[in-house]
Amino acid sequence: MPTIVVDVMPKAELLDPQGKAVTGALTRQGVTGFTEVRIGKRFELTVEGEVDEALLAQARQIADDVLSNSVIEDVVGIEVVE
Amino acid sequence: MTARIGVITFPGSLDDRDAQRAIAIAGAEPVALWHGSHDLDGVDALVLPGGFSYGDYLRAGAIAALAPIMSEVKDAAAAGMPILGICNGFQMLVEAHLLPGGLIRNAHQQFIRRDQRLRVENATTAWTSAFTEGQEIVIPLKNADGGYIASESELDRLEGEGLVAFRYAGVNPNGSLRDIAGITNERGNVVGLMPHPEHAVEEGFGPDTTAAMRSGIDGRAFFDSAIAAVVAAAA
Repeated sequence: MPTIVVDVMPKAELLDPQGKAVTGALTRQGVTGFTEVRIGKRFELTVEGEVDEALLAQARQIADDVLSNSVIEDVVGIEVVE
Repeated sequence: MTARIGVITFPGSLDDRDAQRAIAIAGAEPVALWHGSHDLDGVDALVLPGGFSYGDYLRAGAIAALAPIMSEVKDAAAAGMPILGICNGFQMLVEAHLLPGGLIRNAHQQFIRRDQRLRVENATTAWTSAFTEGQEIVIPLKNADGGYIASESELDRLEGEGLVAFRYAGVNPNGSLRDIAGITNERGNVVGLMPHPEHAVEEGFGPDTTAAMRSGIDGRAFFDSAIAAVVAAAA
């Protein structure tokens, strides 16, 4: 069954407290290769049958209106996974 | 007249009974309302209480903002009804676009509970008229997602138009931009804040004061203000 995957991230210019906590934990583990960790959300919308343009448009709409809050987050990706 | 003030209970509301009690102590009639209905029961004002509606899934207040009764809440806001969002209720109001900005996880990542000093920045709203501008009050604060944010230009607009209702005084407990603890809409009927006025309405149960332990009742003036606004609107 095809799935529409929506990725949402906290806005780049805003503090991501969860990501900051993970960054700190990695540093304490001695992991040095990564300067920052940011944590977002992945939504998987399962579809019965074909994904057509109308359904994708609907997915984009709910991504903007419900799945994310544009004040604090950005929708960074919408893709169909078979 | 006796003002009738509704308190909407959502799945996961915690402070709905406390809000009802505060309303009664202030001399109004509390009216219990249910998120799943479309009926405001003819109330004169509304409180969206604190808690963790829908487990704070998706974003704090986000799913509650889509509850059936929220369409009536939006109509009431547009008609000028006094509406107060406390903590989770504030998060619902921003998610419902009735107030600007957003609320994110506290900057220090932890739940916090403290008696919090606030400065009243706007004493002209339906929920703050019983205060004076610049007055400092102490009411409890308790939340995990209390960091108020908005874009720089939006923050400038809020400051310029006097829409910052409350600012944290002494310490900023959660990383809120420009120390913002609560805001109002342009009309002054919709107000939201993270701290809890309903927990500071009765001696013996409020924050400590220099006079006596647990004697703080600074939250009373929120409800006194709304009752005055309702009475004035009816006159």
